[in-house]
Amino acid sequence: MALYLLRRLGFIFLTLLLASIIIFSITQFLPGDVAQMVLGQFATEVAIENLREELGLNLPLHIQYLNWAAGFITGDWGDSLVSRMPVQPMVMQRLGNSAMLAGVAIMIYVPLGIALGVIAALKRDRYPDQAITAVSMAFVGLPEFVTGLLLIAIFAIGLGWLPANSSIDPGSNFVQAFPYLILPAITVSLTGLGYIARMTRSGTIDVLDTDYIRAAELKGLPAAQVLLRHVLRNALLPTVTVVAMGIGWLLGGLIVTETVFGYPGLGRLLVYGIQRRDLPLIQAGSMIVVAVYSLSNLAADIIYGLLNPRIRLGR
Amino acid sequence: MYNPAGSALEDGTAVLQPVLDVRNLTVTYRTDKGPLDIVRNVSLQVAPGEIYGLVGESGSGKTTLARAVVRYLAANGSLTADTLKLGDTDLLTLSRAEMRKVWGSRITMVHQDPGAAVNPSIPVGEQIAEVARVHLHLSPGEARKKALEMLGLVRMPDPESVARRYAHQLSGGMLQRVLIATAMATNPELMIMDEPTTALDVTTEAVILDLLNELMTDYNTAILYITHNLGVVARICSRIGVMYAGEIMEEGPVKKVFRSRLHPYTRGLLGSVPRVDASKKDVHLKAITGQIPRPEELPEGCIFSPRCELAEGDCLIARPPLVQADGDHYTACRRWQELLHLKEKEQHEGPVRGAYDSAKGPLVLEAREIKKHFRSSGGLSSLFSRESGPIKAVDDMSVRLRGGFTMGIVGESGCGKTTFARCLAGLEEATSGEIALEGVTLPYSVNRRKQSDLKKIQMVFQNPDASLNPQHQAGVSVARPLILLGGMNRSEVRSRVRELFRAVNLPEDYIYRLPHELSGGEKQRVAIARAFAADPILMLCDEPISALDVSVQASLINLLAELQEKNETAYLFISHDLAAVRHISDWIAVVYLGRLWEVGSADDVFVPPYHPYTEALLSAIPVPDPEVSQEQIRLRGSVPSAVNIPSGCRFHTRCPRKIGPICEEKEPPWQESGFHHKICCHIPLPRLKEMQGKGCFFNSSAEGEEC
Repeated sequence: MALYLLRRLGFIFLTLLLASIIIFSITQFLPGDVAQMVLGQFATEVAIENLREELGLNLPLHIQYLNWAAGFITGDWGDSLVSRMPVQPMVMQRLGNSAMLAGVAIMIYVPLGIALGVIAALKRDRYPDQAITAVSMAFVGLPEFVTGLLLIAIFAIGLGWLPANSSIDPGSNFVQAFPYLILPAITVSLTGLGYIARMTRSGTIDVLDTDYIRAAELKGLPAAQVLLRHVLRNALLPTVTVVAMGIGWLLGGLIVTETVFGYPGLGRLLVYGIQRRDLPLIQAGSMIVVAVYSLSNLAADIIYGLLNPRIRLGR
Repeated sequence: MYNPAGSALEDGTAVLQPVLDVRNLTVTYRTDKGPLDIVRNVSLQVAPGEIYGLVGESGSGKTTLARAVVRYLAANGSLTADTLKLGDTDLLTLSRAEMRKVWGSRITMVHQDPGAAVNPSIPVGEQIAEVARVHLHLSPGEARKKALEMLGLVRMPDPESVARRYAHQLSGGMLQRVLIATAMATNPELMIMDEPTTALDVTTEAVILDLLNELMTDYNTAILYITHNLGVVARICSRIGVMYAGEIMEEGPVKKVFRSRLHPYTRGLLGSVPRVDASKKDVHLKAITGQIPRPEELPEGCIFSPRCELAEGDCLIARPPLVQADGDHYTACRRWQELLHLKEKEQHEGPVRGAYDSAKGPLVLEAREIKKHFRSSGGLSSLFSRESGPIKAVDDMSVRLRGGFTMGIVGESGCGKTTFARCLAGLEEATSGEIALEGVTLPYSVNRRKQSDLKKIQMVFQNPDASLNPQHQAGVSVARPLILLGGMNRSEVRSRVRELFRAVNLPEDYIYRLPHELSGGEKQRVAIARAFAADPILMLCDEPISALDVSVQASLINLLAELQEKNETAYLFISHDLAAVRHISDWIAVVYLGRLWEVGSADDVFVPPYHPYTEALLSAIPVPDPEVSQEQIRLRGSVPSAVNIPSGCRFHTRCPRKIGPICEEKEPPWQESGFHHKICCHIPLPRLKEMQGKGCFFNSSAEGEEC
């Protein structure tokens, strides 16, 4: 067990290493000069040269990379080129905000997606199944800015129940932030719902078709008991993996939703960094997103193993 | 319509009120082709304590009938019947909710594949206990106790620990016991068993059948036992119904039906089963030609007439009803009176050579000390697993085989038979040992073997669905080895493919068919044609007939024997069906835990002295003759894991003839017993022979047929 975990963590380290090299190289190829960008169009040659020296931009590339990587590991993620503030607290605060949004979204779309998926499977190929499939797939296909704006139009502008803008204060805690989280969370949920529902539907259909479910029915167990104890326990295993893997997406990939609602999440911070060519910010932010993806993947595997006696107990 | 079951009652031959009373049951499915009657006018009765065997090939409607009896049909199925009664309850009038109360309490079911019929993520004890809670209204604590009690009843070793385990931690035999325990927990009136032992090893099957026999003496439960295996019926059933294409063809007490066989279909089924006391030298198996008609293309007259040798004028015009032949024995054949006097003609083949001429053929295969050890995989499951070390699938096996001969390899599943064959074919790289073909040593991997050597070894696999490319026409599959290995040009290939199709008795237009347009037997014929296309000197047949119906098995066994005669090919024939192996093999090797324990000619291996493991395998064979009594040698437990192989003699943990600590400490020596007959055991052969007496099969009837 320990060996397996070590090996997986080793692989995650390798993934991060590879990702860091890619991220670092790409930021080097972005057009334009960083020092020029920082100091503006009218900066003198000398000032630019001084800044380049100060930022270490004149060193050979591999030295620059090693300096940056060493710093990242030791917790010194550098200062933002734009705000001249340390990058680390900035990124971590945004990560916290993203986690709050992700938490609320998961609480909405996972139970709902499972319920819809099970209903679709039970009414397979009949009207409720077709309706659920059509609607949930439509939302998967609709861009978040469409659903987001629609929700704002209805619930914020029309009914006035919820704020249209979610640009919360940087230091807000969960309770303060909660009203601002609902609309973006629903927007995200509508996109994620389809995947969960589809996965649950196909898992449930597979299980409904097994000999052991036929056997459970012919044991004369009440229908609800067959569904809850015999079907779902097996049918939800693949769904668990999808949920855990979705965490990476929720934490780092919600750029559109965050932009629509002005929510200060990690995704929007990254876009901001890219627009300003704020290299330390892009590098640190991207690394965190990669790390979150890798770890949630590992978590998915471990949870799947724990829930599945065939893997948990071995032969 | 004549009603056999009803008149049985009137005769007073069945005085007890039947548990299950089915009269004129018809099951109809709505399909794209319109309504189809899958089961037609079936009547049967099962008395308390009786085991009623329902036999027939796949597609005969056995399982549909069973589902209809419990009113558990697919949404597009419906049933009509004059009577469908369980005791005094008319099942036809019950609602779905009322049926649920019958299921699992008054009628219980045991399903075919125990591995699939047990929920993988609920401990097995709980799966028994839930039935006790729902139907017996026991408290959770009492239900748990009941589950343990039931596990004890089915002779489960260590019920407490088994109850906590999950399906994947138990062997097939243990799971089937769990299912029987579940089915017996409510002391039902009727238990329906659908091929309950088909997925199990012959040794495990024997243990389960013994258990059923024992349970039936204590309980009064009636059993409807569905199977395709006539040997199983002969061993445990008291009455038999032979089903064909949705109708019952013959019905009666097992002994009467097996003795007088009043329907040509019954005769065909029994004639196509290989016998343990005869080989290809003695008898030619009689296969039934053709296949079961599809429900939408039933013939006008007798539904069996297209495949019947006796069919004549009237047989083709009107469907004959089931008539009473002799007391409680019924048949649907018009000509049953003639059948009474028509003695089965046994075709004797010309002189086929047996193992004793073995010096004559050239040595084809010599495999020395083959080992194959697998590393356990490092996947997700290693996160939780405790076991480590290599899996010794094949651990020192040596085999010599001459051209024109067949060596049968037998043993329980998981003993390494298939891995051994795959090592020889190079599909699996052996860990060590030497594989020599015609005296030339071959590399382990198929990738490093020369084209000319690849040609010489061909393989036929168990499942033709998986071994034929579904996108390729049958002819293309057969042509591939000709082009790849034979280097022929187009017209040569075309004529050779035609020749091969003729050789495996397939019509020429089958060349253009896709696999899904062929039946299982036809697909296997294509696979055999493909194997012979390369003109091999060694054929590895890995359970080539196990997935097929008996009548089809017979024709394939005959085909393989014919092709061998013609081409002088050496066969390595792997099967768990000892009767089939006995029939086709000149030599037999008995494998257990990756090693050989007995090698000898087929005749020698089947008579004492034999290895205690061989003895157990032989005594487990279900012989399709109710008058043959067999010695009851049963193995405990299942094959140990190939990771932790027992010390000394690997078989000592299960050996019924273990003599003492020597078995646990020392590897047994090989003992010579006659013409190339070797047994690896600590017991001196004269003593072994004395213990084993006159062998596993003896006829209990007066004539005392020698086996």
